[in-house]
Amino acid sequence: MEQNWLFIGVFVAIAGVFPLLPIMIARILAPRKPNHIKLETYECGMETVGDTWVQFKVQYYIYGLVFLIFDIETAFLYPWAVAYGVLPMFAVIEGVIFILILAGGLFYAWRKGALEWS
Amino acid sequence: MSFWTDPILVANEWFTGLLADLLPEAWATLISTIVGVVLVSSFGLILVIFLIWLERKVAARFQDRIGPNRAGPYGLLQTIADIVKLLTKEDSIPEKADKLTFNLAPIVSMIAVLLIWAVIPFAPGWIGTDLNVGVLYIAAVGSFGILSILMAGWASNNKYALLGAFRAVAQLISYEVPMLLTLLVPVLLARSMGMMHMVEVQSTWFIVLAPVAGFIFLVSSIAEVGRTPFDLIEAESEIVAGYHTEYTGMKFGLFFAAEFLHAFTVGVLFAILYLGGWRGPGAVEYPILGVVYLMAKASIGYFIVMWVRSTLPRIRIDHMLDLNWKVLTPISLALLIATAVLDKVFAETALRAPALLAGNVVVLLLSWALLRGMSRKARRERQVFKKRPEARAVQP
Repeated sequence: MEQNWLFIGVFVAIAGVFPLLPIMIARILAPRKPNHIKLETYECGMETVGDTWVQFKVQYYIYGLVFLIFDIETAFLYPWAVAYGVLPMFAVIEGVIFILILAGGLFYAWRKGALEWS
Repeated sequence: MSFWTDPILVANEWFTGLLADLLPEAWATLISTIVGVVLVSSFGLILVIFLIWLERKVAARFQDRIGPNRAGPYGLLQTIADIVKLLTKEDSIPEKADKLTFNLAPIVSMIAVLLIWAVIPFAPGWIGTDLNVGVLYIAAVGSFGILSILMAGWASNNKYALLGAFRAVAQLISYEVPMLLTLLVPVLLARSMGMMHMVEVQSTWFIVLAPVAGFIFLVSSIAEVGRTPFDLIEAESEIVAGYHTEYTGMKFGLFFAAEFLHAFTVGVLFAILYLGGWRGPGAVEYPILGVVYLMAKASIGYFIVMWVRSTLPRIRIDHMLDLNWKVLTPISLALLIATAVLDKVFAETALRAPALLAGNVVVLLLSWALLRGMSRKARRERQVFKKRPEARAVQP
């Protein structure tokens, strides 16, 4: 068990080295002649107007919130699915009721207009 | 067990035996782990060089072109030439960018895709590490890719890049919901989250038991990768190149490579979860055949991804989100319920497979009928508006 997670830990480190390598090679090989105009923000040749980090359409965040609810509730279903083989019918029905509540949440968000892009 | 039937196992035993003689046990474990990691991840990286060539060739054939054919036989060295070109390109970091996040984003995107390969079962006994929470691990690691896109878009300090990142939030995390739900169906059927166990129990492929779930998994995975028709995050006619507008040289190359590898990884996951992974005649005796089977099956999924890419136009963002939240998510919830109930009722009987298949078909037909009714209603409403223009004025 610990050895499994050791593998993942080593994998994270080495998977980081692999993409770092070409960037390091490029740093040696590539020319570097920066100037002010070259390093300006590229917005199709127009000069940038105003700050980029501004307030944005709220709909993006609403989708984020709906996703968060569903993601967590789906994560709760995984242990149920793994134990499924030994569960009695009663526990399976309980799981189904949980999924139905989830579907109710989706229906509520739908009726409230959280899923409309306008 | 000889070298010819299972080279990896024999090599592994020889290597660990050698290390055990020379070093204390902890060091031997660490070194053999590192060797395993390097093997698995370099397999993915070498694969991507070939995949880019393959995709360019196939896409060219779809468009009645020949594709790359100059560098090397059949243009096979084209990707190598491209890598060399990218390595010698100037790497410009915009003055206004958030430097650390900007430089970290392409690395994170590559890590996210490579990490999935840690739990891919290539053949019996050939697996990076057989985690008992393999499926959950894939879901968790897969989300890192979204993080890298957000990092890239936000750190670029470019309005187009930021718009691309926001679209990524709306699209990628939305499609994660049906993907997670259809990942649950194989877990239900296999009663385990271990990837190796998932393949071992598929004496009948799960695509037979849950065809609709498999289809939804493939569709939402294509959206997860951000391939056409779901490539709104880098729609060049609207937002330049999306989140990687400001990236040049090798950093752009990393995003590019990560996307290609992710598209193939989707094919591999589809093969493992629904098409029986390495299963095939003779795979248990000759594990090398298992790798061949897995790659052949994964190519089916990858070919569908490429086919869809060259056939369908990009869809509008509201249509895309409607497809996800109002079609795919409810259907996958219904499928989950149908699978859970039917598999319990018909467990251990001969009727299990036909019942599960029938459940899938019923869910598909019901949702088809419902969608048809909804589209008819919408069409009728549109016609009413067309006939009486004043009716439109009343509507806000």
